[in-house]
Amino acid sequence: MTLIEHLPVLVITIPILASLLILVAGWWDRRFCYPISLVTILSQFGAAVIILAQVMREGPIRYHLGGWAPPLGIELAIDSFNGFVLVTILLLAAATAVYARRSVEHEIGPEKTVSFYVLFQLLVTGLVGMTITGDIFNLYVFLEISSIAAYTLIASARKPRSYLASFNYLILGSIAGGFILIGTGNLYAATGALNMLDMARLLPASFELATVHAGFLFLVIGYSIKAAFFPLHIWLPDAYAESPSAVTILISTVMSKVSVYALLRIIFTIFTTAYIIDVFPVTGFILFIATVAMIAGAVLAIAQSDLKRMLAYSSVSQIGYIMFALGVANQVALEGGILHILGHAVMKGCLFMVAGLIIYRVGTSRLSDLEGIAKVMPISCAAFALAGASMIGIPPTIGFMSKYYLVLGALEAGHWAYAAILLLGSLLAVGYIWRFIEIAYFRGNRDGGHRARTLEAPASMLAPMVVLALLCLFLGIFVEGLMEIVGPAAALLLGGA
Amino acid sequence: MIEPLYELFFARYNYWMAIILMLIGLYALIAKQNLVKKLIGLNIFQTAIFLFYISLGEVRGGTAPIYLPEGVDALYVNPLPHVLILTAIVVGVSVTAVGLSLIVRIHEEYGVIDEADLVQELRRR
Repeated sequence: MTLIEHLPVLVITIPILASLLILVAGWWDRRFCYPISLVTILSQFGAAVIILAQVMREGPIRYHLGGWAPPLGIELAIDSFNGFVLVTILLLAAATAVYARRSVEHEIGPEKTVSFYVLFQLLVTGLVGMTITGDIFNLYVFLEISSIAAYTLIASARKPRSYLASFNYLILGSIAGGFILIGTGNLYAATGALNMLDMARLLPASFELATVHAGFLFLVIGYSIKAAFFPLHIWLPDAYAESPSAVTILISTVMSKVSVYALLRIIFTIFTTAYIIDVFPVTGFILFIATVAMIAGAVLAIAQSDLKRMLAYSSVSQIGYIMFALGVANQVALEGGILHILGHAVMKGCLFMVAGLIIYRVGTSRLSDLEGIAKVMPISCAAFALAGASMIGIPPTIGFMSKYYLVLGALEAGHWAYAAILLLGSLLAVGYIWRFIEIAYFRGNRDGGHRARTLEAPASMLAPMVVLALLCLFLGIFVEGLMEIVGPAAALLLGGA
Repeated sequence: MIEPLYELFFARYNYWMAIILMLIGLYALIAKQNLVKKLIGLNIFQTAIFLFYISLGEVRGGTAPIYLPEGVDALYVNPLPHVLILTAIVVGVSVTAVGLSLIVRIHEEYGVIDEADLVQELRRR
């Protein structure tokens, strides 16, 4: 057995070990925490890229933990779909890890840095585990690991309101966890299997059982709460707006995406399209709610007076786009949806980094206090404009490409009206993105006289932001390369290839 | 007349108990104003799910799943749901601990743990 063969399990175990190492090293000297954390995340990212390359070359990897083959053992199953999601979340985690150092010093305080990095590692562990596990109960366990880490991280902002945001999220998140647990139990009762592929094989025999229908609904509602799918998003704005910047970046880009991933995995791999189209037709309903989410999220975003809160509502809207793909459920739309998982992670990560930089520099994210900010922070505002253009869907950005595929898929399925509403949702995105651009560039006359001498923010915070902003552009231009991964992934979900 | 009713309610009374407990927990989660009571509701909700899983593995007349020597014939209960729920219990305990520590922080910060008072307090600041 070579090291390469064990990479799937190492991606999960290395961060757990690193979190312990950080705890011990942090006891010694706090300065060790950051380098250990960074090295771990970067090596995980490297491992994820190798795994994805291997999957694309040789087909899906099935790793049996401890050598026990399923159904007795737990397996890690990586195919083109979750390999892609894995690389996405680790890319964002790596960017956040670089960004976190100065942001944490500024917002969390030196005495809490050790626990921040420990929890950060555990959060990444949970998310990576959710992504690559092939066992439905294991999925729940990793979900709870990431959730508990997230509750604590949100409360680490040292603001009174962040405790409340965290508590509300804890209550809703635990209800969601409970629903997921019941749903898992129902499916286990119906099939006697916990491995996803076994379950998919055994489930068609009991498609008509009420147990299965109830399990399906519990799982979908549970994961929809976790993914902040409208109207189950009430925890999201507070949790995003009140947590420290570095935490916001990670949970906004990655956490809800992984829940969406889990939802897609459960619906398409375990229940398969036969169930959601013929036996228990829900796609039409999901499509309807998804379009409502797109519009409502965007309208609520326009109504906000705080930059972070505005971006949080924009996330509610963007989750609607991914769920739109689930509702249309054909090859082209799913390609768009999967592409949007990456696209939205990159652009929302960049936008929240800008918000974090503004808080770092100015100390507030109230829109009315930010007039003329572009003169003081030209690089950040340019990055915001680029990522914002992607959010609106201006070609050739990644946001345009994913929406293009979504519209194409909707038209192919004959959903003309929904495609039109999707475009309307993009127009509404102009509303909130432009609002910041206008305030930053065209209002007020802040004195930017001394900006030539010092950089507007620490380089370790600027660099990941600029990289993500450029990725918005370049991923859109070189989208063909991505489609070679996304295409098979969508086909895989639909039961082909 | 009696037969289907019996089939519906009494033959599967364990599931009904789990559902009733679950609804009590959900009610407390949604309707109670006091944050500690909310957390108690959460615990009831989770316990209902634990009971659901545990009764799922029960086999009538079954014995504990311990390997018996050759020749002894025994019917075992399904141990898997029990093992799964051990994990879920640990999760429940950790969530409760995090929740309670958050309540302590909220109380330190605002001096109240009642939702209506909290809203007032937030408005005042």
